[in-house]
Amino acid sequence: MSAKPRVKVPKTAAAGDIITIKTLVKHTMESGQRKDKEGNVIPRKIINKFACEFNGNPVFSADIDPAVASNPYFEFKARVSESGTFKFSWTDDDGTVIDTEKKIEVS
Amino acid sequence: MNLQRRKLLGGTVGIATVGLLGGAANALAAPEDVAAAIKAIAGDAEIGSGMITLTAPEIAENGNSVPISVSVDSPMTDDDYVASVSIYAEGNPLPEVVTFNFSPASGVASASTRMRLAQTQNVVAVAKMSNGSVFSDTRNVKVTIGGCGG
Repeated sequence: MSAKPRVKVPKTAAAGDIITIKTLVKHTMESGQRKDKEGNVIPRKIINKFACEFNGNPVFSADIDPAVASNPYFEFKARVSESGTFKFSWTDDDGTVIDTEKKIEVS
Repeated sequence: MNLQRRKLLGGTVGIATVGLLGGAANALAAPEDVAAAIKAIAGDAEIGSGMITLTAPEIAENGNSVPISVSVDSPMTDDDYVASVSIYAEGNPLPEVVTFNFSPASGVASASTRMRLAQTQNVVAVAKMSNGSVFSDTRNVKVTIGGCGG
């Protein structure tokens, strides 16, 4: 599964601004509740953790349960006071981590 | 001939009823589970209302993807901010949905996502502030097509 996350962060902002960040990653988020044609339970496989950091400091994170819809989408806010890099990471049940970065210029 | 047909019909209805009941008894979370989970977050703190707003559609046509958002009234400074907001669904197989962890760097405590709803039910959001106080908000969402597989 080659998941390419989609993240929307404004390229520029004024110091002290509160910006909106939107993130989406492709993932089936198999809930562990569904059954296949033979009646066997399809094992759970979801993204269980999402985290956003700015210049190494945690901004926002989410502990995710199977009730979050497939292709998990999160929208949240951040207050920026300096230029820097947002780091985003999604952790799968199997331990793989999908990550990406976005830079922002703050004036 | 006619009698047999009646019997057959009766039998079918009987089986169908058993099937339906079996489905309903399929280990769904109960409001008590949600209450217990909230108690675990709140501890001894009293659960207040206000401060937190949960936004969800009144009617969700597709339970597989229901947009929800929460926002909490807070200055979000270093010593007064929203630590976390947890979302619970009273009628899903598992009551937990998601927990958002905020920080002073969030600026505003608001977040949106999309969730699954198995049936018409209450969705509860619980906010925990940095000072330990707890607030909650509940919305009833009517679901046309449930979204938890089966």
